[in-house]
Amino acid sequence: MTFIKKTLASSIAIAAAAALAATSAQAEISDGEVRIGYLADMSGTYRDLAGPGGLEALRMAVEDFGGSVNGAPIEVFSADDRNSADVGANTVREWVDTRNVDMVAGMVASSVTIAVTNVLEANDKLGIISGSAASSITNEHCTPNHIHWVYDTYPLANGTAKAIVDQGGDSWFMLTADYAFGHALEGDVTRVVEESGGEVVGGVRHPFPTDDFSSYILQAQGSGAKIIGLANAGADTVNAISTAAQFGVVEAGQQLAGLLVFLNDVHAMGLETTQGLLLTTGWYWNMDDEAREWSERYYERMNRMPTMVQAGVYSSTMHYLKAVEATGSDDATTVREYMMEQPINDFFARNGRLREDGRMIHDMYLAEVKSPADSTGEWDLYEILATIPAEEAYRPLSESQCKLVQN
Amino acid sequence: MATTQTLTPVMERQRRANMRRNAFYLALIVVGLLAPFVAYPVFLMKVLTFALFACAFNLLLGYAGLLSFGHAAFLATGGYVTGYLLSSYPGLTPELGILVGTGAAVLLGVAFGALAIRRQGIYFAMVTLALAQLMFFFYIQAPFTGGEDGLHGVPRGDLFGFISLRSNLAMYYFVFAIFLIGFAIVQRAVHSPFGQVLKAIRENEPRAVSLGYNVDAYKLLAFVISAGLAGLAGSTKTIVFQLASLTDAHWHMSGEVILMTLLGGVGTLFGPVVGASLVVSLQHMLAQSPMGNWVNVILGLIFVICVLSFRSGIVGEIIKMYRKNFR
Repeated sequence: MTFIKKTLASSIAIAAAAALAATSAQAEISDGEVRIGYLADMSGTYRDLAGPGGLEALRMAVEDFGGSVNGAPIEVFSADDRNSADVGANTVREWVDTRNVDMVAGMVASSVTIAVTNVLEANDKLGIISGSAASSITNEHCTPNHIHWVYDTYPLANGTAKAIVDQGGDSWFMLTADYAFGHALEGDVTRVVEESGGEVVGGVRHPFPTDDFSSYILQAQGSGAKIIGLANAGADTVNAISTAAQFGVVEAGQQLAGLLVFLNDVHAMGLETTQGLLLTTGWYWNMDDEAREWSERYYERMNRMPTMVQAGVYSSTMHYLKAVEATGSDDATTVREYMMEQPINDFFARNGRLREDGRMIHDMYLAEVKSPADSTGEWDLYEILATIPAEEAYRPLSESQCKLVQN
Repeated sequence: MATTQTLTPVMERQRRANMRRNAFYLALIVVGLLAPFVAYPVFLMKVLTFALFACAFNLLLGYAGLLSFGHAAFLATGGYVTGYLLSSYPGLTPELGILVGTGAAVLLGVAFGALAIRRQGIYFAMVTLALAQLMFFFYIQAPFTGGEDGLHGVPRGDLFGFISLRSNLAMYYFVFAIFLIGFAIVQRAVHSPFGQVLKAIRENEPRAVSLGYNVDAYKLLAFVISAGLAGLAGSTKTIVFQLASLTDAHWHMSGEVILMTLLGGVGTLFGPVVGASLVVSLQHMLAQSPMGNWVNVILGLIFVICVLSFRSGIVGEIIKMYRKNFR
């Protein structure tokens, strides 16, 4: 009898202890390590935008955090996605299956990002996207397992178009890349221009990708519009801007509005070609003391000034690590909830807030590319003209198609 | 009786060669069956799908002497059709999806082949490239492909309605079976009278015509089989990765399969398999190493070295060495 009682009592105790261990394990850091995978284009067209620089920014964040969270070391590994969705998805799947990755950072090409977020959702891991432009990532493709940090096409189109019309650029000619991304961007710009009282007088669609923009630029010149809007990206934008410079578009009085232009593009093309270009950016290295101080530390390591994407990788990783520290967990849902509760104000994000659709909204900036005469150095490229408040810049939740938003 | 006796040593040698070959195939199948316990299954599935793609391409280049520069179109067509069907009609089983995807690639192969085989050499390559680019622009515009975002969230589903493919191991054996079927088709085609005629056309087309063969029909059939197998690879790949993207339709993919085939050994049965494994493994390993930035440069260097120093590819060189030293 006593024997039975004893065994019963001890088995209850064991069961209770096991249950306790199970509950406390949930609130712990899995495997005693925080594992961060950095996935980006390391060798292709987006190399300078994100690439090895983003990885360095991530390492800086981990070092500045002290290399460990609540005693659990932070492990960082990286891979090149070669801008291919299957390479990206495959890599992350492998990280999940064999290395138990906790968070995936970086991600540029939208096809890679959407593929990766599908894998993350299926395995309940967290992704923080810094490189992608597509606003669909937190709209129809939103998942409870990812966060979009730096920018998307909505504020780029919105901010640039509205500010330009307000400054008197009220007639537009649209140069659009002929695929879904270009069409969406063109639609956004047209809507904003018309709502702000401007007019789109014409447009032309070019195949994706295009090398020779001469005939399109000639049409744009012939249209008599004050502003030529470039609803394209990457090499197409670079080619269009270079061709416009050769045709003397800016000297003749028309202005170019780049919707997807990054610091590295302007740096590569040079001020002679890009001067006067208007664009919206999420961050600029020289925008204030805090940004400058961080950028100079980055410059010492990479010998280049950071793009907004690279700065965003640092900022988002810091916010993530703080959330892991505060919650004592690396579980995706727990961490994401905490990240949503905390406002974000650092050298990168001002008035930042993480919405339930995964969109981190923060102040955006309208910038103009300096003329060579005004520039004081190799990286002195932008002049910030105006700040676009966070709440105005991004797509309002009331227009969201995200399954996490109740409309 | 006398004739049988004189033939015996020849037949005996033939029998031994067959036995050796069968033992070799059996050993490879055993390796394939055990592989997922050693390496990561999804990676192996990627190798197998690309190996099948390269085998399909090799059937055309290695045995019919036709250099197609547009095989990405068939890979992508198989992938997109299967992906679209499986994600739009949830009741559909994966094997049906693969069948329809392969069928679509076969139809496209008939259309492209009928046009392309009218020309030879560089013109043939240019025609196939142009047609494949046509498909690329179609896929970037067509609403069902998701444009540059790609087609995502394709369910793996249940094979024949009752074997769940959600486990990587089950998926691997399914892919392995598909690869074996595809490889067997190539093997049979090459060693059949049909394959002999193809080789004759490759060596000397006018002579094949003068012997009374309907050369165009043979070429077209080879083209269609090759397109169908490429589509099969694409369909399978879509189910493995649960996505189809423009990468598969891009002309880079047509170039990559040429690289795989030439590296492994064109006109050998195992060359494309070795080449595909090598290229995919290199991409995979380099992408995660600090040398990641140099993937394309390293692959380029390997290709240059291969073309300059061992022209018949890795397997081609091994076969040459074997023949020189052991026969």
